[in-house]
Amino acid sequence: MKPGKPTSPETQSNPPIHSETSSNQALFFKAKSSEALLDDTLQQALKKAQGGFIEKRSQAIADVENFDSYKQQAQLVKNHTLDHLAYYLTQFEENVTKNGGHVHWASTPEQLNNIILHICERRDAKSVTKGKSMISEEANLNAALEAAGIDVTETDLGEYIIQLAKEPPSHIIVPAIHKTRQQVEALFRETHDLGERDLDNIAALVDEARLQLRQKFLDADVGITGANMLIADTGSAMVVTNEGNGDLTATLPKVHIVTASIEKVVPDLESASAILRVLARSATGQPITSYTSLFSGPSGIEDLDGPDEFHVILLDNQRSQMLGSPFEDMLKCIKCGACLNHCPVYSAVGGHAYGWVYPGPMGSVLTPLMTGLKQSSDLPNASTFCGRCEEVCPMGIPLPELLRQLRNKEHEDHLTSWKTRFSLKGFMWGIQHPRVFHWITKTLRMILANSVLTRLLEKHVLTSWYSSKELPKNYSKGTFMEQYQQDSKQKKSKQKKS
Amino acid sequence: MKSVPNTPQSTTPKVALFVTCLVNQFRPNVGFAAITLLEHAGCDVIVPKAQTCCGQPGYNNGLRNAAIETAKSTIKLLEPYDYVVLPSGSCTGMLSKHYPALLSDDIAWKRRADSLSSKTWELCQFLVECLDSTLPTHSNLEGKTISYQDSCSCKRELNNTSAPRQLINQLCNGSNLVELKDPESCCGFGGTFSVKYPDISERLVSDKTQDITATGADILVSADLGCLINIAGYTSRAEPVPFEVRHIAEILANNLETPSMTSGSKK
Ligand code: SF4
Repeated sequence: MKPGKPTSPETQSNPPIHSETSSNQALFFKAKSSEALLDDTLQQALKKAQGGFIEKRSQAIADVENFDSYKQQAQLVKNHTLDHLAYYLTQFEENVTKNGGHVHWASTPEQLNNIILHICERRDAKSVTKGKSMISEEANLNAALEAAGIDVTETDLGEYIIQLAKEPPSHIIVPAIHKTRQQVEALFRETHDLGERDLDNIAALVDEARLQLRQKFLDADVGITGANMLIADTGSAMVVTNEGNGDLTATLPKVHIVTASIEKVVPDLESASAILRVLARSATGQPITSYTSLFSGPSGIEDLDGPDEFHVILLDNQRSQMLGSPFEDMLKCIKCGACLNHCPVYSAVGGHAYGWVYPGPMGSVLTPLMTGLKQSSDLPNASTFCGRCEEVCPMGIPLPELLRQLRNKEHEDHLTSWKTRFSLKGFMWGIQHPRVFHWITKTLRMILANSVLTRLLEKHVLTSWYSSKELPKNYSKGTFMEQYQQDSKQKKSKQKKS
Repeated sequence: MKSVPNTPQSTTPKVALFVTCLVNQFRPNVGFAAITLLEHAGCDVIVPKAQTCCGQPGYNNGLRNAAIETAKSTIKLLEPYDYVVLPSGSCTGMLSKHYPALLSDDIAWKRRADSLSSKTWELCQFLVECLDSTLPTHSNLEGKTISYQDSCSCKRELNNTSAPRQLINQLCNGSNLVELKDPESCCGFGGTFSVKYPDISERLVSDKTQDITATGADILVSADLGCLINIAGYTSRAEPVPFEVRHIAEILANNLETPSMTSGSKK
């Protein structure tokens, strides 16, 4: 289905899918991952973070009696909602409207930005605060707001840090995970007016950020947050945070805008709690995050504070294309980040190498689907298929299989190099022809037994393998098949003689 | 010995050994060690001549149709036997999990794939869980410390972590089995991954090597030759080579004449 009803004139045009503004750099995964491996500071930050997440998650899961049944319930909720997505989205829109809010539909990130700019312009907004929103990252919203002369401040500590550093997030729940404490201190000294104050511990850094952010919260004309879930039968947006910044962003300014993607909707609060039960445990190893807030429209007459305008912008950005496709499972993702934390490749190279908003295994599926496979053809290959992402995913998303399907598509669409295609096709043809295959393996064994020929192989064919590894020596006089057949012949002739 | 399911009690089970293309090419003694173990366990071992490779390289790199053809011919080849045993978790997973998935659109073939799946076993798991056989022990590794690396496929696809450990403890008298600090993480092989992203692969195998070295192990074993080629390939270049690398079938069958996988490569 396609959520129809565009509510702003911008949404009626149908511009090309792929956002120019989202600065997709996924094409450079290979080069960027090599750089990342050589960046000692980054490596230090990654090592420290990874172990912590893995341990905390496993402890949180051990603490509950039956995490598998939690997972099952959460998956049931998502399966059901995706089967009736149009119904629940419509119900959500009806209830938001009933509560006095507005729902806008954006097919593309550009449309989302235009709707927000339109609201800001109408309200003559000079300053915007933002809670963490991955959807606004998809749209590169900050750049669009800044271009319109609006002062934007990220209020999630991690997002605040990377905004100062002018970097994109490198993790979906811990955006500044790639930064060490020392780097953050240096950044604050560079950008804040600090004088001689000590900033050599984490608490001091947090205090400093809080001090800077307080005035921003009070001054903001518009507050923009994401949403972890949209509750259809109450018309509410649910936001979970550990810093409470989401609440200040949503309640202090006169306008609250929620940016969310269409698959975030769930039927009711009961369903939302099924997902909450697995979300924080999988993400940070907490039973629940410090704040779980529901925003259900502008402030009423009786309310002492709260915004006087409430908007929810629902972004599609290719998601409706995933519905009913082999990639539908990806819409069950609740953005917990567990697959990133447990991925050996992510842990080795960090998030920036992936080049777009979503890194790690989930990003390697989402980025090609949202920005085009051609622009991100390295990503589906950046997996050893170790299967750990699927194992830890609370929503049971078969990430390796989805990556494999993208590889199929790359092969079909001729996005792989001719060399790769030629050797794989040759190999697969060879194994369908046992005689040829056994002749080749025999020959290869002889090549590998000859040091001159092995050197040629090393220098010209298997260069990337030999860059850090040897091939083991075969100590037998032939391949297994040769040896086995020889042995059987000898046995037979012995039996004949005796 | 426990009775072998689906097989008349009186006959010995006919077991097809699928040696895998890596064993065939690089480490034939693993195949012979597997035969020894299976024969000790009372099996009639047959090595079907027309076997090649399970098709994983194509399957994992986008050549789905070619993988379907390989699945069909492999099923045809292996159908006549009571069991199919492989000295590799990854190739076992390919036959038992991925063939049925590949052929799920074709009812007749799906049925044949399912039936192959139900009789396909990784070597250690077959010896322990299917046959529960009593095998000869040996003392050639007395006093040696052995580290067992779970391959990701054994661990996650086959749920096969206890059988190999149990066999090492039972058959290698006087040896000491030690665990890695991080047994969950991948060694960085990933088939073609290791050649597509050699530097990431190198980082992962270097982390793994550090972990193994820290256990003080004399020998590293695993049930998958892919992981072993990766780890041995990397550690061969270290001075001194930190530990021996062998397939688990070699140490279980007391097939230790062949030098470690780390030796013999030029520096
Ligand atoms: S794919 Fe699964 S593990 Fe990864 S972020 Fe989404 S829900 Fe979490």
